[in-house]
Order: sequence, then structure tokens, then C-alpha cells
Amino acid sequence: SLVQLACNSSKTRSVSVDLNNDTALIIDIPDALCERDKVKFTVHTKTTLSSFQKPDFSVPRQHEDFIWLHDTLVETEEYAGLIIPPAPPKPDFESPREKMHKLGEGEATMTKEEYTKMKQELEAEYLAVFKKTVQVHEVFLQRLSSHPILSKDRNFHIFLEYDQDLTVRRKNAKEMFGGFFKNMVKTADEVIISGIKEVDDFFEQEKTFLLDYYSKIKDSTIKAEKMTRSHKNVADDYIHISATLSSISADDSTAIKKHFEKLADLFEKLRKVEGRVASDQELKLTELLRYYMRDIQAAKDLLYRRARALADYENSNKALDKARLKSRDIPQAEEQQQLCLQKFDKLSESGKRELTSFKGRRVVAFRKNLIEMAELEIKHAKVMLTMIYRCLFDNAYAIMKLALNVVTSRPFP
Amino acid sequence: VCVWGQAEPLNSNGQNSLLEEEEEEEEEGEDLFTGSLSVPLVLSLSRSLSLSLSLSLSLFPSVSLSLSLSLSLSLKATEEVSLDSPERDVLLSDGPSPVTPPASLISPHLPHNHLYTHCSFDEMEEEDTPDLFDISILVSDPEKTSMSLFKSPQATVRRRFSDFLGLHGKLATRYLHVGYLVPPAPEKSIVGMTKVKVGKDDSSSNEFVEKRRAALERYLMRTAKHPVLLKDPDLLTFLECSELPRALSTQALSGAGILRMVNKAADAVNKMTIKMTESDTWFEEKQQKFENLDIQLRKLHCSLDSLVCHRKELSVNTALFAKSAAMLGNSEDHTALSRALSQLAEVEEKVEQLHQDQAGADFYLLAELLADYIRLIGSVKGVFDQRVRLWQRLQDSLLLLQKKRDAEAKLHANKPEKLQQARDDIRELEGKVQQGERDFEQISKTIRKELFRFEKERVTDFKEVIIKYLESLVQTQQQLIKYWEAFLPEAKAIS
Repeated sequence: SLVQLACNSSKTRSVSVDLNNDTALIIDIPDALCERDKVKFTVHTKTTLSSFQKPDFSVPRQHEDFIWLHDTLVETEEYAGLIIPPAPPKPDFESPREKMHKLGEGEATMTKEEYTKMKQELEAEYLAVFKKTVQVHEVFLQRLSSHPILSKDRNFHIFLEYDQDLTVRRKNAKEMFGGFFKNMVKTADEVIISGIKEVDDFFEQEKTFLLDYYSKIKDSTIKAEKMTRSHKNVADDYIHISATLSSISADDSTAIKKHFEKLADLFEKLRKVEGRVASDQELKLTELLRYYMRDIQAAKDLLYRRARALADYENSNKALDKARLKSRDIPQAEEQQQLCLQKFDKLSESGKRELTSFKGRRVVAFRKNLIEMAELEIKHAKVMLTMIYRCLFDNAYAIMKLALNVVTSRPFP
Repeated sequence: VCVWGQAEPLNSNGQNSLLEEEEEEEEEGEDLFTGSLSVPLVLSLSRSLSLSLSLSLSLFPSVSLSLSLSLSLSLKATEEVSLDSPERDVLLSDGPSPVTPPASLISPHLPHNHLYTHCSFDEMEEEDTPDLFDISILVSDPEKTSMSLFKSPQATVRRRFSDFLGLHGKLATRYLHVGYLVPPAPEKSIVGMTKVKVGKDDSSSNEFVEKRRAALERYLMRTAKHPVLLKDPDLLTFLECSELPRALSTQALSGAGILRMVNKAADAVNKMTIKMTESDTWFEEKQQKFENLDIQLRKLHCSLDSLVCHRKELSVNTALFAKSAAMLGNSEDHTALSRALSQLAEVEEKVEQLHQDQAGADFYLLAELLADYIRLIGSVKGVFDQRVRLWQRLQDSLLLLQKKRDAEAKLHANKPEKLQQARDDIRELEGKVQQGERDFEQISKTIRKELFRFEKERVTDFKEVIIKYLESLVQTQQQLIKYWEAFLPEAKAIS
């Protein structure tokens, strides 16, 4: 189905720090279109830089275009000393789609009202996934635009500006690099990073920290996701309970009729709020953890590249010694050694900078999201409390109790 | 009635120490309530609920207004009331408060007339009780009208699960077939009992025991509230005698089993083929209503089961996340953030307990009530069927009578002894028919009365449970606010 979404970009930005500080280049994704499995993002750029042809323009982009851009940056030698912002994950509508399917199968067992509510709930979930994916693609671009070096990348500019389909370019890139390198990186980095003999205290600490932190945050992400999913299940159960209470109330002719009616009403109101609690928790907690898990992976990749450079440097030293021994090809070996050393030093210097600012970024983001999450939890709980009190007071007994207490003049505890 | 889930066995002066404890806990209990719910209105709700109900429904005319407004009931008050005084306090259900169980595990206040039963659980002391375990029942009854029935205002007895089944069996056999709604006893559970037998001291076997204890308490209360059943000698023996003859042949029996015993298999077949010409639309209407209600209640029960299940899942997942967050906090090298993450873990741990408690309320308040009513409706269906059976028997007798009359008419002239025999037979049958008509009328009357009482009780039960449940929801949300408000400054402290 076609779902058009007009995103308010300032609202969706949550996991990353306030980007777009540099007003010379402002990027956002004002809207996106969902067509079957494909999501088409509208990437909008406003710039004062002369390197662009126009000051204000938009292009349609697919998820695969983002991946192409990311991979190109990763494989650019020049950026080896930088933390490349993690690629946005593929839009995943699997969960709501599966639920929609199950709902269709169970339609016969529910009342029309129940079915409509479940459907509404699912559509909201679909929309939430959609918003999430737009946000995460947007943040990726904004990380790039606010980076002093990456924002000047030529491929980045092409991505933003090229008004034709990028598919052709993407295919060429794939042919050049293939997936091989990437796979190799993933499996090898842990070993290489841990195996290398570190000369610099800073990097030694970072290595230990990042490796440990990565596994912990990955675990937390998974557990947080399970938790928010359970929460959604509880909210969904409220729908069924409310519907059944409604139909019992409709058939009932005794004094209990109104009570069931009110209770049904309460469950319906509560489930909406519980749903919001679950989705807020997901955005502020689960998504936060998930984003930084990926960011830490990117930081680890940096460490890997540096470790590789160190290994190369050590190898070049050995080669130089060998050459000196054999008294052969000494100038080449010396040049090679110099190059390796330069590369290594550059990576170390740049890496230190990147990792330090990364830590700052992470702390700020966590602080912002944890505060927002706590505030939302409190807000939602207060709303629910008000609803429940109202239901209690609606119940005639509440008033009667009040009267009785007055009569017996029993002091309120 | 308060749930009392102590696991310590009664000491040698069983009763006395129990009383002392109760008296102390009475006071503490009030504070326990106060402490956990900060809304005064809500507090008083659960306390005096049954009180106002009796007033409004005026079920119990013997209760005078001034007396029943007394909220400070305790066991002491009960003992003070002399057995001769003309008026009786309606004993409100506030007994000793629970020592250990969480507030949410309070069983529904079943409004009662003269009696309150208090069920506690003691660990099995002997090994030779294979299928059963001990339950302590505290019964207290100051009602004058029942004074003659009960030997003393209070009694504590130990009963086995099979004793309950035996009691139910006797009551069912005696009263079901004349149309009284005998509350069904809790079901046997092989799985549950095996766990307990094996001696597993984990949460699931404790849960099973608690579930069973609560169910037995509700069962007894319902049975005792029935004005006719209360007078039954077997019930009185059950509640008072210190030693009960071991109920035999309950091994294969459960509440449903008894019902099956009463309705023989042949009748079951008959039930399908009996087409009763219902002269009374009231019965037709009611039957239809109960059919519908049954379906709806089952559906609701199913949804509630799902809710309980999911909430428990949520609780477990929250606990897992809490641990993970704690680990993450340890791993974090930024001091303030590390602290905040640890605090987050602590909050989530507390939230986990909240979810656990709420699931308990979901279950013990709502789900179990529905389960009870679904089984009660089974009883209702049973008495309806019994009425149909009586009708059938009457029809059969009428048919037979007609046949005999026809036969007699033919016999008239020829054989005098045969004629006499035929006339005797006819007279006998006429008597049978008359009895059958009386029985049928009686059961119809009884059922009407029973259903009237049942409906009233249903209204009361549900109202009470709904309020209690709402209170549990209030509790949960209040605690959530407390925990997150405590966490907020921690999060803000990150620099």
C-alpha cells in the first residue's frame, strides 16, 4: 500500500546530537513514500556552498543508494582514520506485516469493533517503523554533513545532487569492490585488533573498552527490544478484553451492566497509552542502544584499520631490515617504511580525535534520551492514573464509600 | 476474607497462637493497607465494600444499620459479642492481614452473611498424605441464628484437599438434583500436585499452592453463603470437627467428576434427544442468557489468560534488561553515565516486580473470578438439565399411566384378579405422577429462587472485584511515577 509520510525532521532526530549546526549545509528528509517493499526517500538539501549548483534542491533516493554511499566512504583510503557513520539498516516491515497477516487469519473470531481496533493498532505500528527508518536515514546524512572532512566528499555531493538514478553508479561500485572485502573485515577485525601489540596507552584503553562495551550494548539492545515487544503485547491484549467486556455489558440487564461498560471503556483508553509507553520506550531506549551499537562497530572498524596500518608498518620494518641485510632494494624499502609510518601516524592522530569526540557525542545522546524517556514514563503514568481514578469515581460505590466514611468519621489515613 | 499464606506449620497450641497473631496483625494490617495506597478514598473502598452492599441490597434484614457501620471490626469485637445478644454484627470480612504476601494477592471480598472463613496453608507435615495437603480453616461465626448450628464462634481445623472434594460430593448428591446451585469444587491437578509432592520449592509450585488455597477459600465462602447449604450437617462437620473421616474414593473425583456421577451417561444421551415443551418462557429466556453469558465469559477468560501470560513475559524481559543494563553500566567508562545506567538497571528491576504484582492481580482477581463463574454456570446448566430430566420422568410416568389405563379399559370384563392388579398399578402410577408433578413444580420454584440469588451474588462479586482490580492498577501507576521521578535527577546529573 502507498503510505505517504510528511516527516517533521526536528522531531524525528533523537538518537544523535543536534546535527546541522553548520548552516552551510542543511539536509533533511521531509517525506518518503512506501511502495510495497521499497521506500523512496526525498533527500532535501539547503546550502550556501558554491560547490553545489543550486542553493535548494531535492532528489529521490532508495535505501540501496545510502548503502552505496556508506561503502564508498568506508573504502576510501583517505578516510581510514575517521569513524564512518554507520549505514542505516534496511527498512524492516516484517513484524507489522506478519501481525497483519495473523490478524487477517483471525478476523472471524473477533467482533467488527475488535478487528477495526487491532487494524488501527497495526497501522500505527507500520507508521512507527516507517518513521524510524526515515529518521535513521536522515541521521546518517546529517552525521556526514556535520563532519568537517566527510562533508566535502565528492560522492557525498553526488548523492545529494545527482538528479538521475544512481543505480548505474551503484552497480559499478559493486563490481569494483564486491562484498568480499566487507566480509573479510568483519571476521578478521576482532582477531587482529586483539592480537596487535599496542604502543599507545590511549588506544590500548580504547580497544579494551570498545570491545567490551560492544558486546554489552549489543546484549542490551536485544533485551530492550524484547521488553518493548512484550509491552506491546500487553497493550494489544487490552483491546480484546475491552471488546469482550463491551459485548458482555451490551447483553447484560443487571446492575453490573454499567460497571462493565465503564471498565471496557477504561481498558480501551489504557491500551492507547500503554501502546505509547511501549513505542516511546522503543524510540528512546531500544533505538538509542541500537544506534550506538552500530556506531561502536564503526569505531571498532577504525581501530581495525589502524591495527592493519600498524601491522603494515611492522612488516615494512622487517622488510627494511631484510633489505639491509641483503644490501638490496634498500631505498624502496626505506620509502615503503616511511609511507607506512606516515599512514600509521595519520591514522593514530585522526583516530584519537575521532574517538574522543565520539565519547562526548555518546554521553550527550544518552543523557538526552534517558531524560526524555523518564519524563515520558512519568507523563504516561500520570495520564493512566487519572483515567483509572475517573473510572473508580464513576463507580457509584466510590461515592457511597465517601459518604460512609464521613458518617463514621473515621480519619482518613 | 484475607489471604493468609504462611508456610509455617501451626505450633502445638495451634489455635491460641493463631488468635494472638491475628489480633496483632489486625492493627498492622490497617497500616499495611494505608502504606501501600496513598489514596484514602481507595483504601476505604475495599474495607467497607461488602458493608454497603448488604445495605443497598438489603439481603440480610437482620442487620441493623447502626451496627453495620462499624468499621473497626476485629476478632476481639467478635468475641465480645455475647451469644445471647439480640443483634449481631455482620462480621465484615476483615480478618488478620497477610504477613508476607504482596497486597495484590488479596482474594476477593465475597460478601457473606453470617460467616467468614479464613483459609491458610500449612506445609505438609506427614509424608503419608500422597495426594493432598493440609489446609487450615478458620471459621468464625457470631450470628445468633446460626448459634445453634455452630458449637463455637471460632474454629480452626485442618483439612485435606480430598476432604473438600468429599464435602462437595456429598453436597452435590444431596442438593443438585432438587435444583440447588451447589458451587463446584476446585479441580484436581496432577501436574501441580506432582510438583509439590516432589518437594520442589520453586516459584511455580508455590504459585500452584497459593492458587489452590485461594480457590478453596473462595469455594468454601460461596458454599457457606448459601442459606440452604449452610444448614447442611456435613458442611458444619467439615467446618468444625477436628477429625474428619478420610473421604474415600475421591481419587478419581473432582468437582466435574462429581457432576458426572450425578448425571449418568444415559441421561447425557437423553439430554440431547429430550425436546421439552417449555411452558414457562422464563426458563427458556434464562437458559439462552446463560448460554450467551457462558460463551462471553469464556472469551473474556481467554483474553485475560493471554494478558497474564504477556505481563509475566514483560516482567521476565524487564528483569533481563535490568541485568543487561547493569552490565552495560559497569562497562561504561564515563563515570556519570555509568552511574545513570546502573540506576536505570535498578529502576527496571523495581518495575519488573510491579509487572509481576500486576500479573498477580490480573490473575487472582479477574481471571480466577471468571473461572469460578464459568464453573458456576456449569452448575446452572446442570440444574436446568435436572429440571428437564424430571420433566422427562414425569412424561414417562404419564405415558405409562395412559397405557395402563387403556389396558385396564380393555381388561374390564374378563379377569377379575388381573383387573384388580391393573387398578392397583394405576393407583400407584397416579401417585407417582402426582409426585412427579410436585417434584417438577418444586424444582422449578427452587431454580427460580436460586437464579435470583445467583444473579444478585454475581453483581456483588463482580463489582467488588472490579474495584479491587482498579485499585491494583492505581497502585502500579503510582509506583511507576515514584520510580521514574527518582531516576530523573540521575539522568539529568550526567554531564
